Amino acid sequence: MSPAQPPEAEPTENPLPQGRVVLDQADIDRALTRISHEILEHNKGAADLVLLGIPTRGVGLARRIAARIATTEGTEVPVGALDITLYRDDLRKQPTRGPHHTEVPVSGVDGRTIVLVDDVLYSGRTIRAALDALKDLGRPDVVRLAVLVDRGHRELPIRADHVGKNLPSARSERVLVRLDEYDGVEGVWIA
Amino acid sequence: MKKHLLSIDDLTTDDIAMLFATAAEMHEVQRRDVKKLPALRGRTVINLFFEDSTRTRSSFEIAGKWLSADTINITGKGSSTSKGESLRDTVLTIASMGVDALVMRHSASGAAEQVSHWIDAAVINAGDGTHEHPSQALLDAYTLQRRFGSEGQLGSLDDKHVLIVGDLTHSRVFRSNVLCLTKLGARVTVVAPPTLMPSGVGPWSAEAGYATSYDLDEVLPKADAVMMLRVQKERMSGGFFPSPREYTVGYGLTRERLAVLGPDVPICHPGPMNRGLEIAADAADAAQSAVLEQVSAGVAVRMAVLYHLLAGEASA
Repeated sequence: MSPAQPPEAEPTENPLPQGRVVLDQADIDRALTRISHEILEHNKGAADLVLLGIPTRGVGLARRIAARIATTEGTEVPVGALDITLYRDDLRKQPTRGPHHTEVPVSGVDGRTIVLVDDVLYSGRTIRAALDALKDLGRPDVVRLAVLVDRGHRELPIRADHVGKNLPSARSERVLVRLDEYDGVEGVWIA
Repeated sequence: MKKHLLSIDDLTTDDIAMLFATAAEMHEVQRRDVKKLPALRGRTVINLFFEDSTRTRSSFEIAGKWLSADTINITGKGSSTSKGESLRDTVLTIASMGVDALVMRHSASGAAEQVSHWIDAAVINAGDGTHEHPSQALLDAYTLQRRFGSEGQLGSLDDKHVLIVGDLTHSRVFRSNVLCLTKLGARVTVVAPPTLMPSGVGPWSAEAGYATSYDLDEVLPKADAVMMLRVQKERMSGGFFPSPREYTVGYGLTRERLAVLGPDVPICHPGPMNRGLEIAADAADAAQSAVLEQVSAGVAVRMAVLYHLLAGEASA
């Protein structure tokens, strides 16, 4: 993303993040539960919902939200992964990196209500890229955005529909999300 | 990765793994309605082919287009070279138009390497004489890894025994493939009649770690994969074997030899096939034939190559 985007951490290579804990594991659990209920409430049920996580950690978050929806609603909502690497607007400004896996649920996206899920919303450029990537996959009826943390500093006219925590931050600060399934530790740190 | 792709030796095993992981993602795009990614928007790729080609040129062209690059084809026939322009002048002329990558096929071994010294654009060797054809070797190895994998996950070539059979002397595919497959851990045996076994293959095979054989029937039952090469009639001035029939009897993948192969042993052929000469129709059309998979893999692998050479920060 833009130079100010949080670094894309490689799983398992991360030492415990430095800095202040903003959300611990229980906070993340509660936030995701609330987001799941908000999604259902807004959608008036689970009909036509598809959750697309943005790699890496957005995919794990999307799976967790789907699990909560399954518990509440008894409906298995399709979960996929939407990689945005090839749609970034700064490809030429960085060394080449390979794309992550994109997994489109068999349901497809046409006519569905897509909820994009990401860990941190910052400049908004990732979401811009995700919208472009989504457009190439089909034509959803509605696209919504759920993020665990919104740290502000938008560079594009994009906002989230469901936010786990609004986290005022300085551009110089780094917001680090760690999830158990990727990192072996869980929490959100600001440093 | 290096700036150019001239030889498989330009790639580390990590590079190859990265290219294949990217190719696997690119492969998915072929199944979409909208086969288009924006990654190379605004980049220009020129296919400069001084020799005939259907699949290499068209798959590089499709690969570039699906990545949103502008691709243009120039063939030797009908270009200024037929008016007597030198290769250097042709290439410099094209490069002056503001080209980001030049995909080149030429009858002279080393032509792509030579050109890479003349221009700033990335040069991709799409076949130079009897030297190398790296993108073909990559797509062959990728195809085999897919076959040896499961559920879309790439398998490993480690300790797989791969036969490369046919006209080795004139084959750039063989040279690139030996380098690529051994790099990926496969055991390679190359099989050819003595007249089509390149001179100097002995020291090279010892150094690169692959085996040679003149007896297809002896090694065939031990194969995990078979790669048939085309008998290149256009490079034969005669005398390599007495008759096509005799070649088929000794080295063709006939119906009888197909029966010796296990049903899961992939059969590859870089194409174009001489049906009835080096490969029988039964083998070419068998369920275990990977020939058409190779073609579709070719687009994905070439997308990965173009992406990794061109998408990143302006190294050119």
